[in-house]
Parts: sequence; C-alpha cells; structure tokens
Amino acid sequence: MPSLKVLSKKEDLLSSGHRLCPGCGASIIVRQALLASEKPVVVACATGCLEVATTIYPFTAWKTPFIHNAFENAASTLSGVEAAYCSLKKQGKIDKEINFIAFGGDGGTYDIGIQALSGAMERGHNFLYICYDNEAYMNTGIQRSSASPRGAATTTSPVGKAAPEGKQEYRKDLTQIMVAHNSPYVAQASPGYYNDLMKKVEKALSIEGPTFIDVLSPCPRGWRYDASRTIEIAKLAVLTGFWPLYEVENGKYRITYKPKKKRKPFKEWLKSQGRFKHLLKEENKEIVEQLEKRTMEKEKALYALAGEEFL
Amino acid sequence: MGRIVGLTGDETAAEVMRQINPDVLAAYPITPQTETVQRFSEFVADGKVSTEMVRVESEQSAMSACIGAAAAGARAMTATSANGLALMWEIVYIAASCRLPIAMVVVNRALSGPINIHCDHSDSMGARDSGWIQIYSENCQEIYDNLIQAVRIGENREVLLPVMVTFDGFIISHCTERLELLEDKKVRDFVGEYKNSYPLLNVDNPITYGPLDLFDYYFEHKRQQIEAMEKVPQVIQRVGEEFEKLSGRTYSLMEEYKTEDADFILVAAGSTAGTVKTAIEELREEGIKAGLLKIRVFRPFPVAKICQVLKKAKAVAVLDRSASFGAQGGPIFLEVRSALFGEERKLPVINYIYGLGGRDISIEQIKGVYRNLQKIADTGKVKKLVDCIGLRE
Ligand SMILES: Cc1ncc(C[n+]2csc(CCOP(=O)(O)OP(=O)(O)O)c2C)c(N)n1
Ligand code: SF4
Ligand SMILES: [Mg+2]
Repeated sequence: MPSLKVLSKKEDLLSSGHRLCPGCGASIIVRQALLASEKPVVVACATGCLEVATTIYPFTAWKTPFIHNAFENAASTLSGVEAAYCSLKKQGKIDKEINFIAFGGDGGTYDIGIQALSGAMERGHNFLYICYDNEAYMNTGIQRSSASPRGAATTTSPVGKAAPEGKQEYRKDLTQIMVAHNSPYVAQASPGYYNDLMKKVEKALSIEGPTFIDVLSPCPRGWRYDASRTIEIAKLAVLTGFWPLYEVENGKYRITYKPKKKRKPFKEWLKSQGRFKHLLKEENKEIVEQLEKRTMEKEKALYALAGEEFL
Repeated sequence: MGRIVGLTGDETAAEVMRQINPDVLAAYPITPQTETVQRFSEFVADGKVSTEMVRVESEQSAMSACIGAAAAGARAMTATSANGLALMWEIVYIAASCRLPIAMVVVNRALSGPINIHCDHSDSMGARDSGWIQIYSENCQEIYDNLIQAVRIGENREVLLPVMVTFDGFIISHCTERLELLEDKKVRDFVGEYKNSYPLLNVDNPITYGPLDLFDYYFEHKRQQIEAMEKVPQVIQRVGEEFEKLSGRTYSLMEEYKTEDADFILVAAGSTAGTVKTAIEELREEGIKAGLLKIRVFRPFPVAKICQVLKKAKAVAVLDRSASFGAQGGPIFLEVRSALFGEERKLPVINYIYGLGGRDISIEQIKGVYRNLQKIADTGKVKKLVDCIGLRE
C-alpha cells in the first residue's frame, strides 16, 4: 500500500459537501476504500444513508461512475454492470481495466438484499461488495436490523417494561455466511484501522471473483455518541473484542489485528454509546454478562479457526 | 425471401434473441417462459451468441441486472411471466425512469392467486402504468417481428424507454406455427448497435445514475417520461415502415381487420384476435358486417387512431383478458371508452372479460358477442355494460 503521504495527494472520489451527518462512519469507509483502488472504480450503492446523502439531484458527491437502483439490489445491479463489462470486453468494445465495488448498508445487505448478494456471490462475478455496517436502518430512523446487536435500543426494539434489554436477539454473522459461499476473500474491517481496511480492499480487488468485506460503520446519530468520537469508537469495537479484524482467504482464516496488551473490557464498549445505556442498570446485569461471555466465545472460536492463541 | 420454419412461441423468442445477439441477458425460469431461456442457454453454450448470460436467483435480480447492464452501455434483455413480472415490479418502474431501453419478453400468464400457469393478461396489464412501451403479439410471426422492432423503438434517441413484447402463454408459447425468418445479418443490421450516450463504464466521464430526486425535480423528470411516451407512436410508425421494406410485412400501432365497412367492431389483443378473425369470416357469410381492431401497442395507447377506426361503427365490444378489480371494466375497455368520450356521436361500447386463467374462448362465443352488438344497435339499449364470457354460472 502507498504511504500516507502519497495517498494524501490522491484525489478523493467522494467529494466533501455531501450531506451525511458529521462523524458518519460511512463516508470515511468509502473514501478509504476508494483510495485503495489503483484502477478506476465503478460503484453501485443500495438505498440508505450513504446513497441519499451523496446524490441529491442535481448534485452528486461521486467523482467516479455511480449507480443506485433500489434498496435490495446493489449486488444484482452490479452483477449486470459487470456482465456488461465482460461482454463488451469480449467483443473488443472496451479495453480499460476497471474495479467494481458495491456499497450497501447492513439493512440492504444482511436483510432485504441478502438474496441478491448470495446469488451474486454464487455466480462468481468479479466484484467487491462492501457492507458499511452501522447495525440498524439509519436512513429511515434507526430501526433494528438483523445486524443490530442484542441489547441495542432502536426505534423498533425500544427499551420498555416488557423489553428491558432493547433488541432481544443476537446479530446475524454475515461474514460467516459469506465465507460459506466459498468466496475467495472475505474480511471484517473497521475505519479505526485504515491501514488494515485499505489493505483488505486492495487485496480483495486484486483477487478474481466475488469478494466481501463487512466494515463496522459507527453512526453518531443511531448509536448515540458525540460525532467527534467516531474513530475512537471504531477502534473500541476492535479492542473490546466486539468486532474482530480478520480475513478469510480461500478458506484460510487470519486475524489481522490482535489487541493483546491493548485489549479493553467489554463493558467499555457498552458504556461508550447511548444505545446501550439501559444495559448498565443493575437489573440488566445478567444480560451484560451473557453478552460479554458470548463476545469472548465468538472471538475465541475465531482465533481457533485461525490457529492462533487467544490472549 | 426469408427462411420458412416451424417454431413455438418460446422458440421463436429465443431464435430472434439469438439473431439480435444482446450483450447481456439476465433471466429466471417461470412457466410458460422457460423454453425461451432454455433454448437461449443452448445458443450461449454452443457459442452462437456473444451474450453474457446472468442466471440470476430471482426476477427481481433479473431486472436489476438488466438495469446495471443497460446503464453500463450494453444491450440487455430478459423474459418472464406473471409472478416473475410481479416480483420485479419495483425495478420495472426504475428501468423506465432511468430511461434504459431494455427489451423484455412477457409470456402472458395469469397472476396468482390462486396460482395458475395459463394465459391471461393480468401480468402485463398490471404493469401498464410502469412507463414501459407494451406491444402485444397475436402469433409467432408477430413475436419475431415485434421483438426486432422493439429494440429499435426503445433505443430511438427520442424515446429511450424499455419495451415489453408479450404473447399468450401456452396458446402461443407452446404451439408450433409456421413463420418466416430473416437472415441473421439482416436482423443484426436492422437493430444496429446499442449506443448509450452516458455509459457507466466510461470512467473518464463519471455519471451518477439513480440519484435521490425530491420535490424540486422529480416532477420534471416524470414529465419527460410522459413526453417520451408521446413520441413513441411516430417512432413505431417509422420503424414499422422500415421493417416492411425488409420483410414485406406491415406493422403500425394496431391492426384493422375488415373494419372499413364494419357495423360491429370487436377490440382484442393477443391470440384471441386470430379466433375473432375466423368468426368474422363466418359472420360475413351470413351478411353481418363484422370487423376487428387488434390492439398491438397498448402503451402508449393510440387514442386518435382508435377513434378514427371505431367511430364509424354502430356498436363496439371490447374483449379484456384481465380484470381491473373495482373499476368499471377491464383495462382495454376503460381506455377505449375514455378515448371515444370525445366523439360527437355517442357510440355504444360494451365490455367482455374472458379467458381468465387460460379458459378457452370459442368462435361461437365470439359470434355471440357480435350478435349482441347487433341487438344493441337494433334496440338502442345496452342491457349489460360489462359481462363475462364462458363463465360457469
Ligand atoms: C423495498 C424497500 N423497502 C423499504 C425501503 C425504505 N428504506 C430505505 S433506506 C432503509 C434503511 C436502510 O438501512 P441500511 O441498509 O442499514 O442503511 P443505512 O441507512 O443504515 O445506512 C429503508 C428501510 C425502501 N427504500 N425500499
Ligand atoms: S444517521 Fe448515521 S449512518 Fe446516517 S448519515 Fe447520520 S451518522 Fe451516517
Ligand atoms: Mg444501517
């Protein structure tokens, strides 16, 4: 990967002036990802915060070809784009080398778009799908998705007398579902570790076939924290074991960042965001213990898959 | 003179798609469309086309992939029926609003529920306000001719709209008919190459497709879609004339069959038009001046032309192979009656819903409709404005 000095001179393909909230993780992720591509990029995007805030007609923040079709079909739309590219290339009508990247929120990826994504992965299109995962339907007002973690308060899993923990179900592990698709490259990343994220994008783009990266995307609005703390929170997710950074290349697991000495107690993750505030009450103690246990078990299992010792 | 062959409707669609050789075809199986895509898959497997075929996991994805492909700068096609079209719904509208001239074969089949695999027009009629041009075919020759023309019509620079070419499930899709094929080269020259002025793949001129378009511009963009539709009839006419030079077969917005001197005219779309023609022959022998106006282009609806033909009749009956629940009649009836409202002379127009879920319609039943029109003309009374044919009472 080029040095920061070199990267800072590269043109941002997502220009400023878009209308994402201050501190939104999505724009940071997109800029890091696009910087990592050496070839020109064609982007497809699902409906969601990223799309609605960057393409308000007659403006667009995208300095690279961009297509938004609907909420659930970024993967199938990009399948069509990529198929067109293959066809035109085969016929000698285009010779440029192009990278194809889809961006979808967790709702557009884990839930309504999972069929289109699964289909595209199985068909083997040559593109990278990046889920910017803010763990809820933010664009429509912070409703729960299958990526919302257990214990998060959202507008459709609010905290109440009969529901003291907020969302009662554990989140879906889409990264593992993508691994099960035999994709040549699947990874989890966080914008708090730009180096790691960009390396993963670079690698994914260099590999032929359908690749997938799930990037945790802190959302000050929905997670209830101050906009200045996005990167801090993006790091905390990794340091508390909530969002391990790893990659699976041709089935082989590798932990790409090991917190070791820097590891923080899981409770700090909960304390950092208003969406978990209720969990800190005495009556939810047991739930917190369960969450903590499960987080550690999942991380341990991951380390085992990578053949690494869990410290 | 072209080559004479015997093909089913589905085989015809596949054959003409082979000749058109689209850059991308994305499709999902559904009866009675399946044979079209199966046969096309063989052409791909045998290297007879340069098409990239995307075997999507749903029709929703089929239409999504077509949009991606057409935006990228490729000629994209798909084929579906009934529930498949229903599953694409949201994306069907988006294709039109993106002004992407995708060509879609719709093998007409009754929409669920209850589930049924046979022909009626509820699927394509339901999509009549989606912004697609709709061309209905009576037989295999028309499927062939319509699909070739559809490519040119949709891709016309003044139009840039997607086109649906429909034909009746099983009745035509699975029935072998005689038709004349043009040489491959002639078809390829006629359709030419698809040229998207703003292809997504032109990385030197980045374009944003599908932006958020709120109250300050959405309306203007819809207005542009309306205006594009208004230009379609002329383009269809011109393409039809050009196609006639190539094939010797004449096409316009609709087909008139013995309407010139007709007292009683039936309006119908699809394969039933053929049955109506036979009924007309028999009635004419009895001295009844019967005629047919066959709807070829339903969207845009050729109001002026239709009035011109119908206004001389004594009475008109519209045959609808779909219902519009809660409306005053079937979709074609509503259009025809509304078109005639501007005429000075008030002309009796009645509606028959028929053939839902694939129920047959016979020559005798059609003759019965003409006889009813005769009665209406004689008595000046319409007993029932909207009725059903062949319904078990
Ligand atoms: C078919 C369909 N259903 C629902 C919606 C409404 N909708 C638009 S964006 C959105 C939520 C997006 O959530 P996510 O994918 O997580 O992206 P985020 O907004 O969080 O970035 C929803 C529910 C829609 N546009 N289309
Ligand atoms: S609501 Fe959250 S995801 Fe949406 S723009 Fe604001 S910070 Fe970004
Ligand atoms: Mg989200």
